[in-house]
Amino acid sequence: MAKLKFNENVCNTCPTADCLVKCQYMKFDRSEAHDEMMKIVRGEDSRVLHDCVTCYACEEYCPRGAHPYYLISERREEKAIYTAPRPITNQWINMTQMQGKPMIGAVSDKALSCCFIPALGELGSGEIFKDVASAMVLGAEFMCPAVHTHFARMSVVKERLPKVVNNFVKLGVKEVICLHDECYGTYTSIAPAYGIDVPFKPVYYMDFLLKRLNELKNQIKPLNIKAAYQRPCSNRLIPNKHHLVKEILHLIGVELPDRKYQDGNALCCGEMLRAVAGYKVANDIQQSNIQDMLEVGTDYCVFNCPACQTSLSEKVSKRGLKPVHIIDLCKMAIGENKKEVGGDE
Amino acid sequence: MSDIFKSLLGIIGERGVSNTPEELWFYSRDPGVLTPHLPDFVVAPKTTEQIQKVIQLANQEKIPIVPMGNGMALTGLVIPLKGGIVIDMKRMNRVLEVNEKARYAVVEGGTSQGVLKAFLQDHFPHLRHSLPDAPPATTIAANVALHGQGRLTQQYGFNSDMVTGLEVVLPTGEICRIGSPSLGPYWFSKSPSLPDLSGLFLGWLGTTGILTKVGLKLYPNKKMRDVELFVTDRVELVSEILYKLTHLEMLEDINIWFQPMPLVFKDNYHITIYFTGDTEEEIEFKRKMIWDAVQEFIDTKDAGFMGLGYMKGTLLETPQRSLAAFADVPKGGGFEYSGPITLIEFFPQYAAKVIELAKKYQLLYASSARVISGGHSMMFSISFAFNRADSAMMTRVKEALSEATEFALDMGGLPWKPNFVEQKMTLERMDPNTRKLLEMVKKTLDPQGIMNPGNWEVS
Repeated sequence: MAKLKFNENVCNTCPTADCLVKCQYMKFDRSEAHDEMMKIVRGEDSRVLHDCVTCYACEEYCPRGAHPYYLISERREEKAIYTAPRPITNQWINMTQMQGKPMIGAVSDKALSCCFIPALGELGSGEIFKDVASAMVLGAEFMCPAVHTHFARMSVVKERLPKVVNNFVKLGVKEVICLHDECYGTYTSIAPAYGIDVPFKPVYYMDFLLKRLNELKNQIKPLNIKAAYQRPCSNRLIPNKHHLVKEILHLIGVELPDRKYQDGNALCCGEMLRAVAGYKVANDIQQSNIQDMLEVGTDYCVFNCPACQTSLSEKVSKRGLKPVHIIDLCKMAIGENKKEVGGDE
Repeated sequence: MSDIFKSLLGIIGERGVSNTPEELWFYSRDPGVLTPHLPDFVVAPKTTEQIQKVIQLANQEKIPIVPMGNGMALTGLVIPLKGGIVIDMKRMNRVLEVNEKARYAVVEGGTSQGVLKAFLQDHFPHLRHSLPDAPPATTIAANVALHGQGRLTQQYGFNSDMVTGLEVVLPTGEICRIGSPSLGPYWFSKSPSLPDLSGLFLGWLGTTGILTKVGLKLYPNKKMRDVELFVTDRVELVSEILYKLTHLEMLEDINIWFQPMPLVFKDNYHITIYFTGDTEEEIEFKRKMIWDAVQEFIDTKDAGFMGLGYMKGTLLETPQRSLAAFADVPKGGGFEYSGPITLIEFFPQYAAKVIELAKKYQLLYASSARVISGGHSMMFSISFAFNRADSAMMTRVKEALSEATEFALDMGGLPWKPNFVEQKMTLERMDPNTRKLLEMVKKTLDPQGIMNPGNWEVS
């Protein structure tokens, strides 16, 4: 089984300990942060192993690419310090088992990966995706297993990821367009961290989206709306791609007013927080986040991840914000989506 | 044309009487596994007086009478075991009165759950009744006659506990009012402060009379409704969790269910918790109380709240259609269950029995339970889906359900809406003096034994 390639000297010599100093859910000064991280590196107990809410953000905060989040999750599993209640953890493991029932479209050298999320199949359609929509693949066989990091079940990640990669290889694809940040993050961050070879080119859907919007520039009618963006946890695995959101939204006339909980300070949608840290923490975080969106005068809450959208849609709607996936906004901008965002057809 | 048919035509009119083979075929069966049996006639009366005349005729001719709502009890309660006249109540489907301030409704004996729900939504949106998770076409009178349950049973008891008065045509033809309507125009109490005569009809499965009017309690219909799903993999914790939840005294409904497929449900016991409120604050307050009540099980990692996602809409449906979907998993649309009323503390034993029976009889199971009256008891459903085109599978279901009833009786439970075989099993174990009392009541009310014969037959 694959093993995390972790260079402890990177942490030992770290001048900032930003991985923990910047954490929004645990408080440390620099000295304590360094000490706690080194305990984790040495395989000792640390309060981090008990209190981490699995927001992934330390993967972004680490300035030296050391993968602190993967290490924390590894140590938790080694010490059986599990995050969520056992039946919830096992439910995720059970429901994402490969059952030999994938949906595979007309795949040639490209595949459009919908992970294990049917809603992505609907999003990956229309003019923007016209050349790749038929190459859609969906199912546990093509699901990136990153979600199990939330439950400190790195063994599941390590067992399943090579199989998922192999399933793509068996399709003969050269490129996999990932409609879920978690997939792209898995192939470009988790896989190399564990020395798992990915013999195809993962393509981030926002790169694809930006390229297509530029090709369709003449059809774009600026939406002229103000929105808040809900950054997903898995985007922390690929922070170099975060800028694409602003570029895309700028292109379609969506203003993103500056707010407190954006970019590096983005807050979790609450879906996993509920399971890992409980209702009160999740609710507080969600309310702070939504209040922040409202205070800067936005009308829309833009999602990147369907799980975030499921988690927050009802709550933002109740506060008067319209929930919408960024792909739907792009479709609206090219006059394709007749759907009133956040409402019915 | 027989004399009886002519008489029925005279009473009901041409459009409400049939003895054609194709119509009798439909009235000979229900959706469960019991063997069909043809009636001789079917009538669909429109008035209490027509029912009275049909019963007088039946007494005169000594011909059985089988009252029928929508025939969806699944346990063969409307199968005319000894032929006779099926009285289909569906044309008596009016909501006669709603007393808004006293929160009760009076409906005719064939009024469906869906009709009352729609009527209240249109005219009294702040009121509701205890809607069962049966198809909307099932009737209110049949539901209370078999001690049915509904969405408000956790709070207020069996739906039959919510009856506020009855009009009944007795097996000897008299029209009789029970409770406050026997003394005046109001339908606010089925018994207090009178002797409780409603017990002569509720739970008797149509063997002691035909309910032609039912008074039913209504309850506040809050503006919002929400749901949480708490899961554990330790079956022995279920009753403790329910004890904590019912202590809150603020939950609309609590259902517990488990099934092996799809895999998202494997190995876990799911507790669906419904709650209502008029404001967002009330909803969130109740949600917080629910989380606090079960926090200890979360702290030990033995249980947790499941993210609902796409399931939320399904769970909030009233009635829920997911049961019908389960029935068609093996294709062929068959579904039947044994639903004993029992103590919540026996949940682990019942759960183990379901799994044992499913394995033994090679059946697909899905089991659910509903908390009754704040935790005094529960209805535990031992449910099996089957293919109607597969007679061997139907036989296995029949045997499994029979064994389930034996088990429930061994555990001191009460079979709910038992079929005629289960009724016999129940009577055999009943205290002899209680059985004798049942017999005395039945003989007194129905001296000729014409009412739904084959059911609750003591002798």
